[in-house]
Amino acid sequence: MTDARKPWVKPSIVMHRSGMVNKFGSVQRSQWQDQLAGVSVAALVEEHGSPLFVISEQKLRDNARHLLHAFATRYPSVRYAWSYKTNYLGAVCRALHQEGAWAEVVSGFEYEKARSLGVPGNEIVFNGPHKTRSSLERAIAEGARIQVDHLDELYLIESIARETGRRVPIGIRLNYETGYTENWSRFGFNVESGQAMDAAWRIANSDSLELKWLHSHIGTFVLDHRAYGAAARIVAGFMNDVEQKTGCEIDAIDIGGGFASHNALQGIYLPPEQVVPSLDQYAEEVCTPLLEATYERVARGRPLPTLILETGRAVVDDAESLITTVVANKKMPDGRRCVIVDAGVNVLFTAFWYNHQITPTRDLTGAPEETVIYGPLCMNIDVIRKSILLPPVRTGDTLIVSPVGAYNNTQWLQFIEYRPRVVLVHGEAEVSVVRERETLATVTELEQLPPHLAPTDHDGQSPDPSR
Amino acid sequence: MSELQFSEESLLPDAATLERLALSSSGFLFDPVSGHSFTLNETGRDILKILQETRDLKALKQQLSDEYDLDSSTLDRDLLEFLGSVRDQLRRP
Ligand SMILES: Cc1ncc(COP(=O)(O)O)c(C=O)c1O
Repeated sequence: MTDARKPWVKPSIVMHRSGMVNKFGSVQRSQWQDQLAGVSVAALVEEHGSPLFVISEQKLRDNARHLLHAFATRYPSVRYAWSYKTNYLGAVCRALHQEGAWAEVVSGFEYEKARSLGVPGNEIVFNGPHKTRSSLERAIAEGARIQVDHLDELYLIESIARETGRRVPIGIRLNYETGYTENWSRFGFNVESGQAMDAAWRIANSDSLELKWLHSHIGTFVLDHRAYGAAARIVAGFMNDVEQKTGCEIDAIDIGGGFASHNALQGIYLPPEQVVPSLDQYAEEVCTPLLEATYERVARGRPLPTLILETGRAVVDDAESLITTVVANKKMPDGRRCVIVDAGVNVLFTAFWYNHQITPTRDLTGAPEETVIYGPLCMNIDVIRKSILLPPVRTGDTLIVSPVGAYNNTQWLQFIEYRPRVVLVHGEAEVSVVRERETLATVTELEQLPPHLAPTDHDGQSPDPSR
Repeated sequence: MSELQFSEESLLPDAATLERLALSSSGFLFDPVSGHSFTLNETGRDILKILQETRDLKALKQQLSDEYDLDSSTLDRDLLEFLGSVRDQLRRP
């Protein structure tokens, strides 16, 4: 006999309030998806556990190609350098290196990692305010493209150059007012105050340094694409100026990263499709003033400077999702529903500034209710979504959090819970583990117990109260 | 695990409240006293409809287990939460 009874859906009652939808963002009834990159979510969780990071190699490659296409169709000499800090999982870096990307690194560790992944020194852009003497020595010996952040670094590089008897080509990072962004003046040399030109003169007067590149990175998640038009104009203007004044020959302009990804910044209620500029819009802003500013030098027979891009989040963010599982439902005293899931902010740092998209993996029936999504940590800050309209879910239901490819797999930390596996979907829906889940051994590997604190046979017995 | 026993009096909306509520077949609920309106999902609508007919928790549970495919602990848990929030929402000014 077949059971003719209806499937049970958690009962719900939602009070009508005006203006609710705009404020919270919602999951539409029909919005659900039970597969990621062509692989069943249920099968992924069954095999790899939950939570689980899932990267689509195809999406990652498509994004990188799309970026290059947008720029290379507008400017003849473009080079992409992958921003390691955005996501330095080996699999992500290798896929992008196979797409022709160089590495953009900001520490000795990232430099070592790029080299270990087969990137030759002369294809590494070395940025950042902290470069140790030993990392600089290696970078110089291997011909890396160093971009100087401050005068102390300049003098350190010069002293290494002298010791080794080399003439070292370098770049400097510039900061300036675009009129559309807040100047990140803590990095590099300021243009308006003359600091950058002073540094260029200092380099011109050195017998062992040569200014070859100009770098700038105006910010991150820059929603106003006009900022890049201003940036390109200022950097190209500085290039012409510095060449004329100091006699150097600049052969590359590195415009950094900062293009917004399709994610929803907290406090902005319009969906990303409406506020995030396309890569073509960014490219148009950058390339037009570059071509204008270099017109004369081309007429004089000099090659165009190579345009270097360090795009991070706009390439990797939507290539990765996080599957998480509902562990509990709760009712708050103020009437809101809350859902506890098994992925916390320790693996999803970006939950602090994004309203990530939350997609159910089955057709959730029932009226959407205002819901808070909490992570599993016994910490008040562990909030995945402060407010979302979500139909009732059951324990064991999975949800897809996206996009999560930028900055989570680098800024995550082992805190309270083990960090989960990361898998890569590639080829014909093949799945490879690209980072194993942590175990007790992973966490304690670097610890040492002094002998007097080591566990003994007596442990577990109650302490002697007379002692 | 023994079946959870609710205190009917504290959990169920009172008879007068149940009587005045206007419930449509689409799950639209209107409380003429507070002026608030609500959306109930299908299960929530069924529960309130049953309660308007018989304000009896035992009968409610029986009828729900006849109509829906679920175990008794899920039913207890979800009823406890749902009736609590109905009571709470109806109490709001
Ligand atoms: C120097 C530099 N380049 C590139 C990036 C990548 O930025 P985004 O992910 O915003 O594209 C960063 C990140 O802050 C950076 O500091």
